[in-house]
Amino acid sequence: MNIHIQGGQLIDASQGIDKTCDLYVADGKVVAIGDQPEGFKADQVIDATGKVVCPGLVDMQAHLREPGNSHKGTIASESAAAVAGGITSLCCPPDTKPVTDTTAIVELIRLKAEKAAKANVYVMGALTKGLNGEEISAMQSLKEVGCVGLSNAHHPIKNTQVLRRAMEYAKTMEITLFLHAEDPWLSDGGCAHEGVMSTRMGLTGIPSCAEEAEVAKLLQLVEMTGARVHFCQLSTAKAVRMISRAQFDGLPVSADVAAHQLQLSHIDIAEFNSLCHVQPPLRSERDRDGLRDGIMQGVIGVICSDHQPHDKDAKLAPFAETEPGISALESLLPLALRMADLEMSLIDIIASLTITPAKILGIPAGSLEIGCTADICIFDPEEYWMLSEQSMLSSGKNNPFIGRELKGRVHYTLLAGTVTYQLSD
Amino acid sequence: MSRRNIQLDEQNKLRHFITVEGLKRQMLVDILDTAENFLGLGARKTKKVPLLRGKTVANLFFEPSTRTRSTFELAAQRLSADILSMDIKTSATSKGESLLDMLQNLEAMGVDMFVVRHGSSGAARFIAEHVAPHVSVINAGDGCHSHPTQGMLDMFTIRKEKGEFAPLTVAIVGDILHSRVARSQIHALTTLGVTEVRVVAPRTLIPADVATLGVHVHHEMESGIKNADVIIMLRLQKERMQGGFLPSEAEYFKRYGLSEARLKLAKPDVTVMHPGPINRGVEIASNVADGEHSVILQQVTNGIAIRMAVMSMTLGRPEIEMGEPK
Repeated sequence: MNIHIQGGQLIDASQGIDKTCDLYVADGKVVAIGDQPEGFKADQVIDATGKVVCPGLVDMQAHLREPGNSHKGTIASESAAAVAGGITSLCCPPDTKPVTDTTAIVELIRLKAEKAAKANVYVMGALTKGLNGEEISAMQSLKEVGCVGLSNAHHPIKNTQVLRRAMEYAKTMEITLFLHAEDPWLSDGGCAHEGVMSTRMGLTGIPSCAEEAEVAKLLQLVEMTGARVHFCQLSTAKAVRMISRAQFDGLPVSADVAAHQLQLSHIDIAEFNSLCHVQPPLRSERDRDGLRDGIMQGVIGVICSDHQPHDKDAKLAPFAETEPGISALESLLPLALRMADLEMSLIDIIASLTITPAKILGIPAGSLEIGCTADICIFDPEEYWMLSEQSMLSSGKNNPFIGRELKGRVHYTLLAGTVTYQLSD
Repeated sequence: MSRRNIQLDEQNKLRHFITVEGLKRQMLVDILDTAENFLGLGARKTKKVPLLRGKTVANLFFEPSTRTRSTFELAAQRLSADILSMDIKTSATSKGESLLDMLQNLEAMGVDMFVVRHGSSGAARFIAEHVAPHVSVINAGDGCHSHPTQGMLDMFTIRKEKGEFAPLTVAIVGDILHSRVARSQIHALTTLGVTEVRVVAPRTLIPADVATLGVHVHHEMESGIKNADVIIMLRLQKERMQGGFLPSEAEYFKRYGLSEARLKLAKPDVTVMHPGPINRGVEIASNVADGEHSVILQQVTNGIAIRMAVMSMTLGRPEIEMGEPK
């Protein structure tokens, strides 16, 4: 199957390309950029005039809910939603049921993803057995079956000695740790940023310090052990500054932020809007600005969806009793593109959605170099559209941007040279 | 464009009573004036008026309460409503029935009003968002968020004692962090336009950024109640010792308890209030609780009048004149 993608604005941060030119795909791979190779006969021509052609997006954190919570979403339903959002590679955290702490679960997820054949699903293994925070998992075995990293998801590792051993062992096995920095004591029972809104609404607060204190501790352990650590879904400005300093000092640390954290703040939980109940909580405008600065300066390299689809009932309760999270695959790209309003260049935004997360995960994705697998996203950066429950492919309809106009719409998604999503008129 | 206040109907009349926050001063004054009309009723031989005859009120108490629950029951009965009181801890939700399923079942039984006490902030609002259009919801306390009838009965008591709000300095002392009562009082006092609202507590019991609610924060009891016209003492929950908020009741009383000696720092005609139930010797000395400045028992009496006012305003037809009972 030969595909000729015609007239689009090709943006590939991995090669520093941002120009209007054609792209040629054959046998699932990129074969030429610009001029048509000799003897190339297109079976399909995609007119990308006025659209951006970029590598398929790489989403570092997306809960697919399977195994264990298939009433909220399945690997099939959520990977279909992913490609509708232009995402061709995604990474699922280990807080499945049962926990992804054995090779069998990793293989199960991989099989289901292959059967769905929509997007590449990468698996994050559990850092501790059953995510209990006490015994380290069989890291080497998990790595051998293809886990791209290890994480304890939102389950705390309270014992600092366990954390130290986990880092030392991971360093030995050369595995990256993906950690959520949240002090379990300071955040205990909380559901909202501690500040004006939590006070007004009488919600138990999670102080910014819960993240900052944990980041400080983890950075000391990184310095001690040399382990490679990625900080997942930062929420405070101060944590960004601390990580910036650590990067300056040469520590092997990186970070990501969920797209909604760049656009919403704790004000949005007003009127007990459970769709804005997320973990870590939406914080102050100052924190949101700090996160934006972090992205612009490259301290935070990655924008992810932190996709968490829920069944309807999970959000139908008093605020604190609802389950946190946003069904975010289909709003990832338009929310990230809003960074362009702050003078961030399109190529830098795309880097944070493609090559940078691919490099941190160590996966072959995020690039359209000749010879690379043709995972491609084609979107119109100027098109306005309305996110609605009906239009969402994810099983979870929990997204606070439903009913709002978003800018930037995916028209085609290709996985290994095959169209897996095409916008219907 | 601002969204409409869920508590008001199309004519800007009170439909639900979820929180004091966001209501206009005139609405609060209307509630107080209506309560004034009902106050005399308790002393009459026949205490009932037919305002809510034929209406059914369901008391849904997800948290234990004696005072609030019984005053709501009395208020409903005096308005001639049928009342159904449910203690939910022993009821359906423990069998896994969801809150919304339970509400729909009660609506199917023809309930016109829910009076809700719930441990989770926002619960009353959540219920109000999901009830049928003819049903009213009264918040009888949700988590640490709001307890608006308590807040208003305290305003009623203050108005009875002091006449007007403008010149007053009011000190609220105690566990502000966990207090829905304090939040309702603060919103009511600032809306009614008092001179100064103070909150007094150690830092462990003061919520973050509380000054944004328009209050002055004091950590010393002495400065906090100095020249106050009204002192509202909050109940100290025993659980606060376990949470590490305070070392001991004795130490709390030493620093923040309202003793006779301390009371002298306030205005000579100071009014002492407490939403009850009181812990004698923990937040307030017995002789102060029972002393000449205390209006703690009047607060309870006033509570019935306020609850009748709010119930009749949301559900009844205020245009019907209160006739003399036959």
